[in-house]
Amino acid sequence: MKGKTGIGTWIGFVLIMIWCLLPVAWILSLSFKSLDETTAGSAQFLPKDPTLENYSAILENGDFTRALINSFGIAIIATVLSVIFATLAAYAIARLEFKGKRLVLSMALAIAMFPVVSLVGPLFDMWRTFHLFNTWPGLIIPYMTFTLPLAIWTLSAFFREIPWEMEQAAQVDGATSWQAFRKVIVPLAAPGVFTAAILTFFFAWNEFVLAISLTSTTASRTVPAQMSFFVGPDPFNPPFGQLATASVIVTIPVIIIVLLFQRKIVSGLTSGAVKG
Amino acid sequence: MSAVTAPAPPQESHKRPKADLSDRAVAENRLGQRLVAPAVFMMVLVTAWPMLQALWLSMFKYRLTTPDDREFVGLSNYVTVLTDSLFWRDTYNTLLIMLVTVGVELIIGFTFAMVMHKIMIARGLMRTSILIPYGIITVVSAFAWQFAFSLNNGFVNAWLPFFDENFNWFGGHWPAMFAIMVSEIWKTTPFMALLLLAGLSQVSEDMLEAAQVDGATWWQRLWKVILPNMKAAIMVAVLFRALDAYRIFDNIFVMTRGAQNTESISFLTYRQVIEQMQLGMGSALSVILFLSVLLLAFGIVKLFRVDLAQARGEG
Repeated sequence: MKGKTGIGTWIGFVLIMIWCLLPVAWILSLSFKSLDETTAGSAQFLPKDPTLENYSAILENGDFTRALINSFGIAIIATVLSVIFATLAAYAIARLEFKGKRLVLSMALAIAMFPVVSLVGPLFDMWRTFHLFNTWPGLIIPYMTFTLPLAIWTLSAFFREIPWEMEQAAQVDGATSWQAFRKVIVPLAAPGVFTAAILTFFFAWNEFVLAISLTSTTASRTVPAQMSFFVGPDPFNPPFGQLATASVIVTIPVIIIVLLFQRKIVSGLTSGAVKG
Repeated sequence: MSAVTAPAPPQESHKRPKADLSDRAVAENRLGQRLVAPAVFMMVLVTAWPMLQALWLSMFKYRLTTPDDREFVGLSNYVTVLTDSLFWRDTYNTLLIMLVTVGVELIIGFTFAMVMHKIMIARGLMRTSILIPYGIITVVSAFAWQFAFSLNNGFVNAWLPFFDENFNWFGGHWPAMFAIMVSEIWKTTPFMALLLLAGLSQVSEDMLEAAQVDGATWWQRLWKVILPNMKAAIMVAVLFRALDAYRIFDNIFVMTRGAQNTESISFLTYRQVIEQMQLGMGSALSVILFLSVLLLAFGIVKLFRVDLAQARGEG
């Protein structure tokens, strides 16, 4: 497997780059096509006459900017809460002996595989009773729940790698289990917590089924939901350019996160999947 | 969307006999339970409890627009669903999408993993690029491909040779299914590739060299050494991707809204509950969907005969 990079590998490299980036380049290109061009039909890849009109239109669209705020707010709050709960749970799972550990793990596994659509009906009914329908908490609560399993696993895998002698040293020095956790382990665990947070944020940013089912207005509709309902005046001719522009804008945070933290994301994604 | 396996099962039992539970062990037990309590509470509140509620509601004829007409009908909702051709057609669509996308992703993902494993330069660039489809919103991927396949504004017809420029991809069942699968495969292959790459890097180089010295061909090394040694990683990737594909919803919602007979089982459930407000019937569908996912997960785990805890190398 070692040795020089062969010609086949190079071809593979080019294909992977095309695979990953072509659709991104496509929506980027489409976002610079004018309304006239897409209405008339433009089968070419690049815009004939690049324009920024879609960007000004979409940024002046109150519904879209509102959805962007909703998306950010809901994703960030869900991420913070999920990571806090998961950190506590993962610490207990990785370090402490207690009854019911196996039950917690099985539960998390079941939830990771849960078909979200199954919950749409009962949650729709419950949220209306509790006045959570079409509110931020109405989405934050399920988002944090569905990201808990992933966060718990990523974190417990990470916590196993931490040099726990330091915790014992703190306990020898008279710290309680709780103090040892807070003063010694939390700083050591911060990178793992951060990885879990990125993966959680991606989930909440991406989620669609609950976002269209548990919201009804722009008060809590997130960007994916808003985009899917954004048809424009002519239903047979969707505003290609503006939808592409919205796509580009909502993808920017993803690209920034990927650029900054690619190594962490990969390690978080694969942690636990294989040894090490 | 992500794959991780269950952490190793607790191995505490032999370490500390129950007889002499020290104060310390009691305190540890209490602290452990307290620390997991908030997470467990949330998980029960949002999944177990609503699922029980769905089980209950599924036995009623209950439409939200006429809540007063709610009446107990026993299992008749299930009978209605299971004898409906629409349900079976959608199940067939869903299974087809699952099998094709996971199969294709496994092949492409493995090729990607091989390339990423072998290449010595530009690894960071490649890792960044491959994470973009993974991180991108599914709805955006669906729009990007819908536009790419679109009749007047798409580049696919213009780029593909031997293709009529006026071919309408969303005008028929198979082309529409193809477009949906392309979007699904594009978005999720990187995830598969990264998991397989992690598995690939676990395969011992010594073993491969030994096989090479013994005269094994490239093909033999692949099938006799590499693949068997990354079985756990393949199983985890397949399990998570298959269950994910079985729940397909976003791509179909954006690209066809179920037109041209492209509806999936998730989409059918959504339509019953949200669009038609048939909470009773929708709940029966929810329960069936849940059970079929469980069955599927069980089947895949049995098929690969890999213990999830073992997959982590700790079991």
